[in-house]
Parts: sequence; C-alpha cells; structure tokens
Amino acid sequence: MFDTKSTMSERPLSPHLQIYRLPITAVLSITHRITGVILSAGLVLWAVFLMAVAAGEAQYASTQVVLDSTPGKLLLWAWIYALFFHLCHGIRHLVWDTVHGLERNTLNRDAYLEIGGSVLLTLMVFLFALLRS
Amino acid sequence: MNYQTPLGRARGLGSAGQGSHEWWRQRVTSVALIPLTFWFACSIALLPGLEYEAVLNWIAAPWNSVLLLFFIILTTYHTLLGLQVVIEDYIHTPWVKILSLVGIRLVFYFLGLAAVYATLRIVFAD
Ligand code: HEM
Repeated sequence: MFDTKSTMSERPLSPHLQIYRLPITAVLSITHRITGVILSAGLVLWAVFLMAVAAGEAQYASTQVVLDSTPGKLLLWAWIYALFFHLCHGIRHLVWDTVHGLERNTLNRDAYLEIGGSVLLTLMVFLFALLRS
Repeated sequence: MNYQTPLGRARGLGSAGQGSHEWWRQRVTSVALIPLTFWFACSIALLPGLEYEAVLNWIAAPWNSVLLLFFIILTTYHTLLGLQVVIEDYIHTPWVKILSLVGIRLVFYFLGLAAVYATLRIVFAD
C-alpha cells in the first residue's frame, strides 16, 4: 500500500503502449477493467433509482421520464452490455484461477468466444424484452 | 525457552499471509454475481417502461426483495475490492492514494446503505 520514493521514479512502463500494438487478449483485459469502473459508476445511478422508487409515485415520475427517454434507454443498454462483457471475461478469470484455459493455442479463440457471448447475451435479453413489451 | 527474536522467526517465511483474503473475497463475490447478473439484467429489461407499479411489484415480491438485497451487498463489496486494485495500480502518490481508498469506501458504503434502506422501505411500505 505504501510506496517508497523508488517506485515513484521515472521508470519505463510495461507494456510500452506507444510502440507495442496490444494483442486481442490485452485489449479484452483492459476492457474488463474499464467495464468494471463503468459498472461501478452505474451503481450510483441504481441507488438513486431505488431511492426515487421509495420516495413514491409522484417523485418517481420524473425519474421514469429520464429512464424511458432515448438517452436513458441507451445508457441502460450500454450498462447491461458492459455487465455481460464483464461477466463473460470474469468467468474466464475464474477459470484461469483453476490453472485452466491458459494454453497459447486457445487463448485467441476464447477471446472471440467471449466477445460473441457477451453480444449474444445482450441481444437475447433485448429481444426477450422487445417481445414482452 | 525460545530465544528466537520475532524477526528471526519471521525471516524466510515469505509474506505475512495477509491480502490473499481480499483476492478470495473478490472470487467469492464474482461467483455469486454470475446468477444474480442474469436475474438482474433480465428483470430490469422485462419491466415495461420501468413504470412505477411494475417496479414496485417487482421489488416487493419476496424472492426479488431478498435477491435484490443480496445483489446490493455483493456488488458493493465486489466493487470496493475491484476499485481498490485499480487505485493501487494507477495512483502512486501516497496521500492521494489513501484519500481515494477512504473515499471509495465512504461513497459505496453510503450508496449501499441507501439502496438497502430504499428496498426495505418499498417492501414494508404497503
Ligand atoms: C454490477 C456488477 C459489477 C461491478 C460493479 C463490478 C466491478 C468490478 C471492478 C471495478 C473490478 C476491478 C477491475 C480490475 O481490477 O481490473 C472487477 C473485477 C472483477 N470482476 Fe467484477 N463487477 C461486477 C460484476 C461481476 C460479475 C457478474 C462477475 C462474474 C464473473 C465479475 C467478475 C470479476 C472478476 C473475476 C474480477 C477480477 C479481475 C482481476 O482479477 O483482474 N464481476 N469488477
């Protein structure tokens, strides 16, 4: 937790992002982190949402207008996609922790499976919602 | 009689065995969040236009209330552990780091409390 001066010196960053093109595995890794932070920010809004519902119908009305607007819907579905992406990559993390799935020849394949899976899950929920409404 | 000093005993034993519990809790919350994510995403998506009555009835249904409370507690915990790692990776100025770590705790404990309180109020209001 506590850094001494030595760790704050101007050491080169690894990987050197200006000269090294990130492989798909690295892109997914940083995306998992970014989605994690986005999801966390979303939790702020979910807390506000629940408080608005608890406040009663009159107060909730304005919240619902925002949620039902196009930007509101886009935000909601972006959050849901981030959730499914984070879930799919998170599952791979859990598998890696059991020392499986780390073989060179399957890493890229799994990376594409993961992207496909997260898109598919989001689409499925979206279509499901569309059919029900 | 043991004449070994504390330092003598600790040398060569490796790390103090601290910190791995945070890694473990991150995994445990992750595993539990897998089914909860499906439940939450599907539920939200299926609430027509997020209308008041529909949302209220959804939250007030007994299993939903319990799952929602569980989801709030687990995500709060998972997020705190996750954001802590992100902060430790990128923020190296000691006082900024400590303020950030304390900050996310205060913010997410508060939000978690608000979410739990709101849920209970909705459940017990009617
Ligand atoms: C609303 C829900 C969620 C939020 C707000 C959230 C947030 C975060 C954050 C901020 C991190 C830190 C990112 C990093 O260190 O790179 C993280 C890591 C992680 N998350 Fe989530 N997460 C959520 C749901 C899930 C779900 C459903 C899973 C299911 C598998 C999951 C699995 C993981 C794993 C395994 C890590 C550790 C990654 C690592 O060790 O680098 N998360 N999460």
